Amino acid sequence: MSVLLRRDTRVICQGFTGKQGSFHAEQMIAYGTTLVGGVTPGKGGQTHLNRPVFDSVADAVAQEGAEASVIFVPPRFAAEAIVEAAEAGIRLIVCITEGIPVQDMLAVKQRIADSDCTLIGPNCPGIITPSEAKIGIMPGHIHQPGRIGVISRSGTLTYEAVEQLTRTGLGQSTCIGMGGDPIHGMDFIDALKMFEADERTEGVVMIGEIGGADEEHAADYIAQSFSKPVVAFIAGATAPKGKRMGHAGAIISGGKGTAEAKFSALEAAGVRVEHNPTKLGAQMLDLLAA
Amino acid sequence: MNIHEYQAKAIMADYGIPVPRGAAAFTVEEALAAAGSLGGALWVVKAQIHAGGRGKAGGVRLCHSLQEVEAAAHALLGATLVTKQTGPAGKRVRRLYIEEGLPIAKEFYLSLLVDREQERIAFVASPAGGMDIEQVAADTPAQILTVAIAGDTVSQAESEQMAAHLGLDADLQAAFHTLANNLHRMFREKDGALLELNPLILTTEGALVALDAKFVVDDNALYRQPALAALRDPDEEDGREIEAAQFGLNYIALDGSIGCMVNGAGLAMATMDIIQLKGGKPANFLDVGGGVTVEAVTEAFRLLFADAHVQAVLVNIFGGIVRCDIIANGLLEAVKQTPMRVPVVMRLVGTNEAEGQRLVKEAGLDVRWADDLDQAAELAVAAADNMKEAQA
Repeated sequence: MSVLLRRDTRVICQGFTGKQGSFHAEQMIAYGTTLVGGVTPGKGGQTHLNRPVFDSVADAVAQEGAEASVIFVPPRFAAEAIVEAAEAGIRLIVCITEGIPVQDMLAVKQRIADSDCTLIGPNCPGIITPSEAKIGIMPGHIHQPGRIGVISRSGTLTYEAVEQLTRTGLGQSTCIGMGGDPIHGMDFIDALKMFEADERTEGVVMIGEIGGADEEHAADYIAQSFSKPVVAFIAGATAPKGKRMGHAGAIISGGKGTAEAKFSALEAAGVRVEHNPTKLGAQMLDLLAA
Repeated sequence: MNIHEYQAKAIMADYGIPVPRGAAAFTVEEALAAAGSLGGALWVVKAQIHAGGRGKAGGVRLCHSLQEVEAAAHALLGATLVTKQTGPAGKRVRRLYIEEGLPIAKEFYLSLLVDREQERIAFVASPAGGMDIEQVAADTPAQILTVAIAGDTVSQAESEQMAAHLGLDADLQAAFHTLANNLHRMFREKDGALLELNPLILTTEGALVALDAKFVVDDNALYRQPALAALRDPDEEDGREIEAAQFGLNYIALDGSIGCMVNGAGLAMATMDIIQLKGGKPANFLDVGGGVTVEAVTEAFRLLFADAHVQAVLVNIFGGIVRCDIIANGLLEAVKQTPMRVPVVMRLVGTNEAEGQRLVKEAGLDVRWADDLDQAAELAVAAADNMKEAQA
């Protein structure tokens, strides 16, 4: 899917010189991502990983033509980093940071509402177009260019699905991890719209989890407007109520957001639901053969 | 993170939100002294535990004399309350809150939360106060009104809409508007995740008062709420969860027999789910996280082996950032300290998998290897069943 990320997409890294930023920037470069530099306030003018460091995103946009940014800055500064990227005209913002206060994200969503950027995350693995480029922390080698779009609220569980798609030979067009926070950027519907329009994508694997109603809304959208086959898994069928299961957004509260409710909504929308997370690739193969 | 009712009410009072007069008590003597200094002829003795449903479980006692206060305090302190929200084990009462009794004309439900759909702070209001709000929502959804707050404060129109839904008289509108704004300000300034008044009451004298209060603060914001962070009550939390958190592990105790160790929250949930699908029951949720160390993995294994319910351990690592050799070394360290009393099933793939598998194999431990998660879950369920049979 070349809508969001291609090999020549010019990417910068906010929090470039930190431990996480450095490690993953190096991995992204090795995968083939066009990483043109990074931002660490106060370190402008330096060079890191043979690439320029800027004091601000605006400088990186002006001097390197940056279009996309990946954010690794600590939680207390991450909300401001998202807004800075949006205001500097970055069109694709991927926020990896976990632990941003939820009310800060409410403010971020208000402040970037009028900009035409796409935000992925926070608390997410990022996005990858196999063999072209990746913006995020996913292991590149398990991916293979192919026919299936993947959209997920999880990180490692997505890798599980990706590996199955690679093993069955279906491969992936683009994989997007939308993250585990209650207030986040791109959701299932945004991704499904792109997959619907993308000619390379023949089917979609969707991985949800307990909490919120994103999956139920996606089910409504699929029933009305999505034409390609969808296989879905929801994590947390065995999760107790009222307990946050690792992700800030993965909680059944007020009896709402159960895996059961999400599975039934998706099934009613004609989605092939699968309760065994190791059978997603096989189900997709079966659907496409039908 | 939850705080106690009396702590929440102290903060509410700071924000000008009307609450009954009261005092916390840790002993029967303190309870009596509190009631004495409150004066009056009606007191409420309330058990302070982090769970709702206390009233039905006998944790809230209305007392008409100091003798009754003494008897109630005596009965409650040290008792274990089992409510709808505590689970069957219940919670031990270590603190009481002694309040003045107020004459109630009407009860309402009012709460604030972060609305994920609207991406705003929202109020939930219902004229059905003092009841289980989940039940009300299920039985009579029309009684529930949700109002997402568009601006930085609650507008006149927003508070009027709620007041009308609650059936408040026009002369209470001004007081309700002030109350709604004070609650909203507290929620924002104190990084609330939930602020629930159930019930909010109208007294026979015409005053709106928060009779009960529950406040949950956003864990991610605790770094900038030191006063709230200091209110953490370890007695209300699972000791193992606290211990695990000190090592950066995300652990939640459950009641099954298969201990799990996984990297990533989604995969950890999916691992629990597939265990159940294969006929077993997970003993815990455990996400070791991305930046895990040998020390943390050692602690994680120690926690799993120490759980008496655990009959088998399932390790499911799909290493991206997590290195398989770190997991292996953690296991080797753990078995030096605690004997491996149950079988361990390992699915260890990803970064440095060959090194990780070699380390465990060379140590000669009773580990069963699985190629994928499906097989791993089957092996773990079978191993746990065998252990149970051997013990029977």
